[in-house]
Amino acid sequence: MTTLRIEGLRAEVAGREILKGVDLVVSSGEVHAVMGPNGAGKSTLSAVIMGKPGYRVTGGKVTLDGADVLAMPTWERAVAGLHLVMQYPTEVPGVHVDDVLAEALRSRGRDTASLGAEIDREAARIGFDPSLVTRALNVDLSGGEKKRNETLQMAVLAPRIAILDELDSGLDIDALRDCARRVEAATHESSLGVLAITHYVRLLEELKADMVHILVAGRIVASGGPELADRLERDGYGAFV
Amino acid sequence: MNTTPLMPSTDEEIWRYSRIGELRLVDFAPASARTETIGAESLRSTAALPGIAMAHPADVFAGLNREAGEEITLVLPRGRVVEDTVEIVHHVDADGVLVRPRLVIDAGEDSEVTVVERFVSAGGVRSLVVPVLEVRAARSARVNYVGVNELGSATWQIGHQVALGARDSHVHLTTVALGGDYARVRAEVRLVEHGANAQQLALYFASGSQMHDFRTLQIHEAPRTRSELLFKGAVGGSARSVYTGLIKIAKNAAHSEAFQTNRNLTLGEGAWAESVPNLEIETNEVKCSHASTVGSIEEEHRFYLESRGVPPEVAERLVVLGFFDDVLDRLPRGVDVSPMRAAVADKLTAEVAR
Repeated sequence: MTTLRIEGLRAEVAGREILKGVDLVVSSGEVHAVMGPNGAGKSTLSAVIMGKPGYRVTGGKVTLDGADVLAMPTWERAVAGLHLVMQYPTEVPGVHVDDVLAEALRSRGRDTASLGAEIDREAARIGFDPSLVTRALNVDLSGGEKKRNETLQMAVLAPRIAILDELDSGLDIDALRDCARRVEAATHESSLGVLAITHYVRLLEELKADMVHILVAGRIVASGGPELADRLERDGYGAFV
Repeated sequence: MNTTPLMPSTDEEIWRYSRIGELRLVDFAPASARTETIGAESLRSTAALPGIAMAHPADVFAGLNREAGEEITLVLPRGRVVEDTVEIVHHVDADGVLVRPRLVIDAGEDSEVTVVERFVSAGGVRSLVVPVLEVRAARSARVNYVGVNELGSATWQIGHQVALGARDSHVHLTTVALGGDYARVRAEVRLVEHGANAQQLALYFASGSQMHDFRTLQIHEAPRTRSELLFKGAVGGSARSVYTGLIKIAKNAAHSEAFQTNRNLTLGEGAWAESVPNLEIETNEVKCSHASTVGSIEEEHRFYLESRGVPPEVAERLVVLGFFDDVLDRLPRGVDVSPMRAAVADKLTAEVAR
């Protein structure tokens, strides 16, 4: 059982405070959706948890089973069990997915002998063309292919907690379904805990959220069960501002 | 030396960023390199052919080579296609010597050859290598050349490559520079007949206090000629690199195409790279482009790889190898790129350990 605990998290970008005290707890097997309007701080939350440069934490704590996440460099956060599925997966020219995964497994002290077979299996499962695996990371991939690629990497690395930053942006409905189902399956198969950041309710049709949190202006203003998403769908964010 | 040639200085624009001021020719005694050749036997000619591509020595160093260079002459008769890659290795074993290897390739009509020429010396060898390559590609000939600088970190190199392309010929010149203290190559292609085609590539990586210095010339002197250049380099430690490139399209070279791309990656605070592209176009109706960049590894790239759990030094190695990939991918068939990739990886490992 793993727990990601976010307490009173405050962070700023370029001197402007974006997160103004966020509290969230995500444990193994749970799916938490964080929803909010543009500019609420959703992407900042995922960036700060993973240690993206350009963000400054000004208060609060993030711990993974008690270990101080904010004190670790990014790669150690990943090795510790956190994984970020990016909203806009970066194109890295000349760097191949299989090479990255091999290095990522090595740093975790894991065997790479079955990596090729693992990639093939995961690619088949989420409908990702396996020939794209030996291409440069995200270069010339469509929106849907990029997200399938992100999901494949998550599945191979098998983190304990995954942060999905707008998995549902920039991809077609088929790709969204394939990716969301794979994440959902991982919550059962390997007790993956999920923090899904999204703007739209449609992601939650495939990814069954246990809890929904509404983030507005850097604070969680409401938390509840899936019915909260229904209310949001009916009334819009205006009701929470 | 009997003669005292006039040394260039950094006051001259073409030597501006160089380390030429540190060079004292009197410190080097003329000597021979230990040269091995593989696969060249049936092509070798006893007649020396200096000047078939470089009519006049371009500078004092080309002059030193012309004066007393040791020439390997490869002559391909019309229609001769050489399947196996020819390999030439020059070992510079002695300290304090001047070696002047010259390779002349005279490729007859519709002939084809791939030649890899390697320059090798041990770490502490303070010598000067002044190589010259001359290529004359007759009608429809295809000549691929890869020069590999594997010199030790105290050895200097000042080299020249000149290729002359006749009608519909293809000349492909590559330089891989990982070694040397100060290593300069002037690489010139002259497309002198209709439809001649040239490709120039380079991969260079200077670390420690090394300096790599390139001057390239893409000279179009006939219609519908095409040249494409891709030079990619990295600098680490307190190393430096300079790229200066010129595309020159003469009045009679209408409908020609010329492309020039130079990209540089700086890997440390103390590393420095300069890129100076130039165009001289005397006719309309041409397609030309040049692009040049100098920059460090993008933070976004690092973050992406590190967010997968890849440690920073490994992420850097992956990004740098990836950066060089499109050069290595374009090397001629029959040239094994895996040792080059491994050598780059080794240099990166040493760079991190420093």
